[in-house]
Order: sequence, then C-alpha cells, then structure tokens
Amino acid sequence: MNAPVKLAMTLDKLPMRKRAKISAIDWTSMSENEGAQIRNLGLEEGVEVEKLYQGMFGLHDPIALKVGRMMIAIRKLHASAISVDILA
Amino acid sequence: MSLATPLIVLAGNPNAGKSALFNALTGARQKIANYPGVTVERKSGHFQMSDGRPVELVDLPGSYSLDPTSPDEAVTRSVIQGVQEGERKPDAIIIVLDAANLDNHLRFALEIIALGRPVVVALNMVDLAERDGLTLDPAKLEEALGVPVVPTVAVRHRGLDELSAALAKRLDDKAPIKVPAFITEAGTGHERIQLAKKLANQTVISETAGRRWSERADALFLHPVAGPIILFALMFVMFQAVFAWSEAPIGWIEGATEWAAATVDANLPSGFIRDFIVEGAISGVGSVVVFLPQILILFLFILVLEASGYMTRAAFIMDRLMATAGLSGRSFIPLLSSFACAIPGIMAARSIADPKDRLTTILIAPLMTCSARLPVYAIIIGAFIPARDVGMGVGLQGLVLFALYLFGIVGAMVVAVVLRSTVAKGPNSGFLMEMPKYQVPHIRDILLGLWQRAWIFLRRAGTIIFAATVVLWLMLSFPKVPLDSPVSQVEYSAAGRIASVIEPVVAPIGFNHEITLALIPAMAAREVAVSALATTYAIDATDEEQEAKSLTERLQSRWSLPTALAFLAWFVFAPQCISTIAVTRRETNGWKWPSFMVAYLFVLAYIFAGITYWTAVALGL
Repeated sequence: MNAPVKLAMTLDKLPMRKRAKISAIDWTSMSENEGAQIRNLGLEEGVEVEKLYQGMFGLHDPIALKVGRMMIAIRKLHASAISVDILA
Repeated sequence: MSLATPLIVLAGNPNAGKSALFNALTGARQKIANYPGVTVERKSGHFQMSDGRPVELVDLPGSYSLDPTSPDEAVTRSVIQGVQEGERKPDAIIIVLDAANLDNHLRFALEIIALGRPVVVALNMVDLAERDGLTLDPAKLEEALGVPVVPTVAVRHRGLDELSAALAKRLDDKAPIKVPAFITEAGTGHERIQLAKKLANQTVISETAGRRWSERADALFLHPVAGPIILFALMFVMFQAVFAWSEAPIGWIEGATEWAAATVDANLPSGFIRDFIVEGAISGVGSVVVFLPQILILFLFILVLEASGYMTRAAFIMDRLMATAGLSGRSFIPLLSSFACAIPGIMAARSIADPKDRLTTILIAPLMTCSARLPVYAIIIGAFIPARDVGMGVGLQGLVLFALYLFGIVGAMVVAVVLRSTVAKGPNSGFLMEMPKYQVPHIRDILLGLWQRAWIFLRRAGTIIFAATVVLWLMLSFPKVPLDSPVSQVEYSAAGRIASVIEPVVAPIGFNHEITLALIPAMAAREVAVSALATTYAIDATDEEQEAKSLTERLQSRWSLPTALAFLAWFVFAPQCISTIAVTRRETNGWKWPSFMVAYLFVLAYIFAGITYWTAVALGL
C-alpha cells in the first residue's frame, strides 16, 4: 500500500481554526536570536498549534496562534519557516 | 548569618504577574534606577517578612529562559547567577508562575531550580486558573520540584503571608540544597519543554470548559473589521478625554497659581525678591504644572489598556501598518505613550528586542505630538485661526490641531522609512509576542503607576523647568535699561542681545525677535515658549494699558499669519526638550544618537517652518 501523499503545509498557509502539529522548523532561515524567541514562546517540533486570528485589513499578517494555553503573535515570514501536519 | 538585609529577587516569565506581586509585597515605596552601564531598569523595594525581619526585594525583568534574547534577559540571568555588576548575590529567588500557563512557565522555573539556589515558587493567579476551569494541586508540584510552592493571587493580596513565611523558612534553612536528579538531567531546551509539560499535567487535577470570556473577547477585539474600528474608536475617546476631562482640574491649578501669586504680591514688599517669586517662579512653574491633568488622563488610559492585556492586541492590529515603516507592532506602545510625553515613550522602547527597531523608535518618538506642545499650539491657534465651522460641526481650530498631530505622525513614519534604510539599516524585524489573557486591572496598581508618572513630571517641573524660567527671567531683567534710553528693556537685556545674534539665522523663515527670544529658554522644555513669550511681552510693556492686554491680543498685533503658521510648523519637529535629549543619551549609552536626533529634528523644523512661511507669504495670507 502506498503511504498517504503528504502536501507540504506551512503555518502561514494553515486554514483558520484548524489544529496542526509542527513537523519541522527551518531554523536556518532565521537568526539565532529569533530562533531562541520562537523556542521561548513554546514553538518547536511536535507541538500542537491552532490558528486563531490573522492580521487586519485583509492582509493576513501577523498571525495569532494558540500554543498550549498561550496565545502568541507571529509574522507570516516566520510562520512560513514552520511546517505543520493538519490534525483531523 | 549575615547582618545585611537579605536580598530577594522575583523571577518569572513576562505576564506571570511579577510586578503585581512586587507591588503587593512592597507597597508604594519603590526605588527605580538603572543597572550600571546598561539600560535595564532595577526596581527595588523593602518589605517585612511575617517574623518582622526586613528584606530587600528586586523585581527582575521578565524572562523566558536563562538563554537571553534581550539586554533585559541578560541582566536577569546574571543577577540569578550572582555575577551582575551593581547587585549582590541574591539570598533567595521567588519564581513567579502563571497557574493557568504552567506548561510554558515551568520551563524557566526548572532552569532556575537546576542551579541549586534557595528558591520559593509563587503559584500566581490561581483565581484566573480556576476561572478557566483548572483544578490544581500545589502540594503535588511542591513534592515534584523539591521546593516550596505557595498559591497566590497578587492583585487580591491573597497568599502573601504564606509566601513570606515560606521565604523566611527558606532563608533560615542552611542545609545544602539537593536538586532532584531529573531536573538537573533535563539539560536541553527540548528536554525542559517535555518535562515542564509532564509536570504541568501532573499538577492539573482536572480541567473543565470554564468561562473562556477572554477568548470570546478576542473574537471581537481581533476581528479583522471590528478590531481596527474598536482600536481607533478607543484612541479617539482617549484624545477627546485628554481635553474634555482636564478642563476642570486645569482651572483649579490656574486658580491656585493666581492665588499664590496674589498672596505673595500682597505680603512682600515690592522689589527684586517679589518680582522674582511672582514673575519668575510662580508663573513659570505654574504654566507647566497646568499640564499635569492632561498627562495623567493620557497615562490613565495607557496604564489601564496595558494592565487589561488590550495593549498587546493593539500591537497585533497595528503590526502590519508599522511594518510598512520598517517597524513592528511592538513600537506602537512606546509611540502611543509619546503622545503624553516622549520620555516614558523612549523608556518603553526597551521592550523592543531588535536593536535597530528600538533605535528607530527612540529617534522618532519626539515627533509624536507630546502634551508639552499643546499649550504652544493652543495659544497660536487661538490667536490666529478663526473659530469657524467648516461643516458637520467640525471647527476649523480643531481641524488645524488635528492636522498638526497628523503632520507629526506622517513625518515620523517617513523618517522611520529613511532611518531603516540608512543609519538603522537591517533586516525587517520580526514580531513575536505573547498575548496574555485579559484581566480586570487592579485599581491599586493603576494608581501606583499614575503616582509614579505624576512624581516624575512634578520633579521635572520643579527642577529643569523652574531653573529655565528663572534664568530667562534674570536674563530678560538684567542689565536694566537706562531710563532715557530709546531701546526697550527686552532689547537691552542679556537675553535680547543673544537673540539678536541668532535672529539673522531664523529671520528667513519668518521668526521675529520675540520668537527668537522665546526659542532659547524653550530649549529646556517646549511649553516654556508660551511663558517665555508672556514674560517677554510683560517686561516689554511700556504702560499700564499695554500690560493689561492678553498674550493673545499681543500676538495678534505683532505677528503676521505666515509667522504664526511657521511657528506651529517649527514646533511639530523642533527637539526642544532637554529631558528628551538626556533620556535618549541614557537609553542609547552615549552622545552619538541624541546628537543625531537633535540635528535631524532641527533641520526638519527649519525646512518645514520655512516652506510654511514662504508658501503662506506667496499665497498672500
């Protein structure tokens, strides 16, 4: 049997109100300091997130995520470095 | 046992309620200073433990880990490790945790506990955790961590005695500290995240749906259409309130100033001392203290918005707009504060992690129309702009005032774009921020914050502004003009002679002799320009009739409309505030950036005052 085809989904493209699990983070695309800040906010591989809100004026940037019991803001630029698997 | 007062530090994540706990423990007697050589605030106070022993408490900057991502976090780390310059090694650490956010906050706690220092954990905001439907077992957490865990609600002063007792016990316990092996073994960030999650799950006994009104509130405040509308409505109400609510208290202060002047006038023999106190000290300081109500109203809004958690939502909404100027939503709060006064605004820029972002925000903060410009704008608009209705109930005077605010904001954004591609060049900064749950602000914390702001302002009025007014008065009064001289006192005085030297420089942009005179003392603070013009015309008055004229009437008879408009344009940009320059020097650790700021603002002020004057003259105004 073939393995299910996995589409590459990044956090910035995740539909609203969908829960997803972080599969990979491209740490090389950001500075060490930004990486540390992202880790500090609880984002790392294996963590579940949910996209709650996005930026105003129809520009969809930045994004508000629920991580654990916390809500955090992140820009599209950083979100695009975070790959996720949508949870059913 | 050492005889010195034990030093206790408060450590924890941002939004753990650390400052509320600090306020609750120490009360209003707090000392705010800077750590040597860095622009990180050191907030300290004293309190007595339940057994009466005094301890010193220091509120460390909120941190996510001992792996610093900002100067603030670097100080937190070195204080905890006992290597910070200007700080003793702490005798104990109180770790403050948000009870509703344990899986995130326990990470930092684990990192501190692993150091083997004396630690007490305050499990804070347990009431909000319960509201969220969480049932916690603090005893279980205490057992797992091997350190005392005390449930607290700092804003309601609950659990403080228990915390103090646990602290006293911890200080007296001289046995070597044994850290559980599983904590020291969790050496990497990833391992700590896993462990924190495990411990959090053990501590939470049950979780029901609870009242999630915080999330429901966000559905409204962060709504893509309603969100920005609410934000702008709030801003509108805020600026309206600054003017509407301040009318009565301003009247009281003016009344008190007049009463003080009249009392001194009646009880002192006429002469130098009386003139000095009445014309110099009382009228000078009084003309500045008059702004205290407006500043406090603006800060009341800012403090409430901050304490409620709304300010981070405002930053979220504004982020995309700020990005077009090369900034991030984090700059919104410092810039908003700058409408009250650039000084707290520049200090609030400390929360911006990116150094280039922070520098740009500091450099453009003086372009936000601070409350010190209001008296200048108010007197000129009142004298030269007719109180005409331009339709739909909008007055022309208000419209001009609004235009001046807008001029400053647009100017700031353009300057930011230029700075971000020149002196503050760097990659577009990110916007990574925690958005805490909404909370009902606690009145005691708000009042404490207001009191601190009022005190800073009054101290400024009592020192810099007082000194500037007095010096100007002396320079205008001496040397005394000979009785038979055709020259006026102002022209003859020391200040008048200095102004004559500068005048040729500002004459092309329409500034007359009196303006030049007023600009010199107004270097100390913008609002001094008004009292300086008043003093100048008062000393210059040749007879009783002239003296009785109001400042407005004098301005109307002596200034042309283009001159008045140029004067307004000048004050949109001119960096006329010693305190702002001083705070910029402190926050940027040197004279380079304040010098740059002063230079670019004067150049812009000159250019725009000039353009305004020449255009107005060409139009025949």
